[in-house]
Amino acid sequence: MDFNDTPQEAEFRAKCRAWLEANAELKTKKTNSAKNMNIGNKSLLEAAAEWQKKKYDAGWAMIHWPKEFGGIGATPIERIIWAQEESKFNVPKGVYEIGLGMAGPVMMEYATDEQKERYLPPMAEGKEIWCQLFSEPSAGSDVAGLRSKAVQDGENWIVNGQKVWTSGAHFSDFGILVVRHDPSLEKHKGLTFFFVDMKSPGIEVKPIKQLTGGSSFNEVYFNDVVIPDSQRLGEIGDGWKVAITTLMNERLAVGDADGVDANEAFELAKKHDKDGEQLIDNNAVRESIADWYCEASGLKNTKLRTMSALSRGDTPGPEASITKIVSANKLQAIGNFGMDSSDMSGMLMNEESDFIKFQMAWMGAAGLRIAGGTDEILKNIIAERVLGLPQEARADKGLAFKDIPSGS
Amino acid sequence: MNLDFSDDQKLLQEEAKKFLTKEDALKINRAVMDSDKTYDQDLWNKIVELGWTGIRIPEEYQGLGLSHLELCVIAEELGRQLAPVPFSSSVYLFTEALIEFGSEEQKQSILPKLVTGDVIGTLAIAETNSAPTINNISVELKDGKLSGTKIAVPDAEVATHAVVVAKNGDSVSLCVADLNSDGVDITVQRNIDESRGYYSVSFNDANAEMIGDEESGWSNLEKIMDHAAVLFSFEQIGGAQASLDMANTYAKERYAFGRPIGSFQSMKHKLADMYVALTLAKSNSFYGAWALSSDAAELPTAAATARVSATKAFQLCSQENIQTHGGNGFTWEYDCHMFYKRSKVLSLNLGSLPSWREKLIKSLEQANIKL
Repeated sequence: MDFNDTPQEAEFRAKCRAWLEANAELKTKKTNSAKNMNIGNKSLLEAAAEWQKKKYDAGWAMIHWPKEFGGIGATPIERIIWAQEESKFNVPKGVYEIGLGMAGPVMMEYATDEQKERYLPPMAEGKEIWCQLFSEPSAGSDVAGLRSKAVQDGENWIVNGQKVWTSGAHFSDFGILVVRHDPSLEKHKGLTFFFVDMKSPGIEVKPIKQLTGGSSFNEVYFNDVVIPDSQRLGEIGDGWKVAITTLMNERLAVGDADGVDANEAFELAKKHDKDGEQLIDNNAVRESIADWYCEASGLKNTKLRTMSALSRGDTPGPEASITKIVSANKLQAIGNFGMDSSDMSGMLMNEESDFIKFQMAWMGAAGLRIAGGTDEILKNIIAERVLGLPQEARADKGLAFKDIPSGS
Repeated sequence: MNLDFSDDQKLLQEEAKKFLTKEDALKINRAVMDSDKTYDQDLWNKIVELGWTGIRIPEEYQGLGLSHLELCVIAEELGRQLAPVPFSSSVYLFTEALIEFGSEEQKQSILPKLVTGDVIGTLAIAETNSAPTINNISVELKDGKLSGTKIAVPDAEVATHAVVVAKNGDSVSLCVADLNSDGVDITVQRNIDESRGYYSVSFNDANAEMIGDEESGWSNLEKIMDHAAVLFSFEQIGGAQASLDMANTYAKERYAFGRPIGSFQSMKHKLADMYVALTLAKSNSFYGAWALSSDAAELPTAAATARVSATKAFQLCSQENIQTHGGNGFTWEYDCHMFYKRSKVLSLNLGSLPSWREKLIKSLEQANIKL
């Protein structure tokens, strides 16, 4: 056992590091704080585009992609090394992740060669931003229950309906989309997958104001939107299969909850005092921090085990499935702890104070426990895919979609 | 990056698993529970023959001269099948103390006998129902003689020797006592796990020999505890995995309301929670194994992290395994209770969960380690 890179990995890491040092600034304690919560902010868009272009020009944008689309054919372990090194630098985040992480793999797998040539390089370069249009008002955890309708009309499809929770729809150029082409078929069988130009007539984007006050997500309305059949990904009726490719990538993309962790709780507890007594001297506080530390350490070492498998060229086990459940819940608990530590003033927000990161964690965590698969859905996935337990008895099995009870 | 065991170590683990399965260690554990015995002599003899007691003992003392990592994979298998043998007392506690702190003479006289099984060791710490500290040890070492009573000493009846934590003037020292010598009285103490033996050991001017530096007894003990915490954490994850596997099998076989109980979301989430706790514990135990085998400065933090996670995981998995089995889980006949009891014994034997959380925070305060 060791934590060292192999010689090739060390060489690759040094290359990443050298380029990053020449082109970006290392994070400091200050730049690491909770900023840019609202990705609709225009200056962030510009900054992110500039960074993406810089990476693309130097071959760092999508390193695991083949050369012809702007990558360098990097191995999974090299991809992790690059991400680890990039995360140490203060670079703009939150604009391209969905497109590159979810639309990218689907286009790579299902688009025609001409489409790949046309769409993948600008996606990697950051010239065109992509979003993902899956969830609907009546289809969240049960996303296959979506109702947006596509009707074939010669060479085209006419789409009507509403999508929701679409990150970045308001600044996206293209989107990947699942719709129902035949409600008389069973739920999973009546779906078809497309990509769509977000500037198409009939698409209307409305931001959703979140409980944080910010707006990262949107509602997207489709009114007689025309999509050419050439933009269909996969066969008619294969929409669910194609969507699963994307959702698998989403779990990897969402991953760890960013924000305050056991270290920050520990630092806060050492700083705070109450009648001359430090918070860290309180037994209950010590026990909580010990448990958070163990969870954080467990996640970190789980990732290292995954990396070890990749480094050997093996397929990682299912361990990674625990990351979001554990980190989002821990984030919520630590946010609560931070605010409690200030007693009656814990509710007061001050943009200038570092303390706000606990409040933002507390608010953000409520969303993270839902985004990219709720705690409950993720536990079902662990139970069914990892432990092999049987599926829940379902009221919609074998029914035509139109006959499934919807409560409305 | 290689936070994993080597192919050779995995092979050793596989062989250990096969051996314990063939011997049916779990069934032997049940037989021990149903008898007055506290371990199984036959299984112990076979384990000695396999050389496991000498894994960490250098070749110059007739051991195998392997690393802690080989010991970790064996520990996981012993934990998975609850093997009722004095392995942990003799190997994780006594042998580790000898290797770390024994004089050359002590090593020469004792280590080869640990390999052959002629010496079986244990460690005697507790005296009262308060956690032992550097200030409350009252068993005393004076002029080479030990006096006072230790309690909850594991495997003291089968053990021939013990490392004893003793007050020595103003400091605390570690010493080795021959448990078959004059002035040593051993009495069995009833405990929650009928497959394990715990004893009170009274010393009445019994001969004892100092081990390690006279002044450093307490810090040496802490080091032994850190080593043992990592090794026991592998027994704990082995036991937790076995508990989860039992619950999983039962949830698929047992029907209620016309379907397998494992198809109910409440059961799925319960088992998923067990899996999450076990995965965190396993990863932290790997980290502990790395710190132990490389003698890293992070060992106190890594050991406490492994200990806290593994204790929580085994307790959760063994208790929810009973819950999954419903009424059957509460019977003597089903195996669930054997894991439940072992998990509690293992959560206390090196000090309780709260005391290890406290150790973890202290180590973070001292080392200023960041994630």
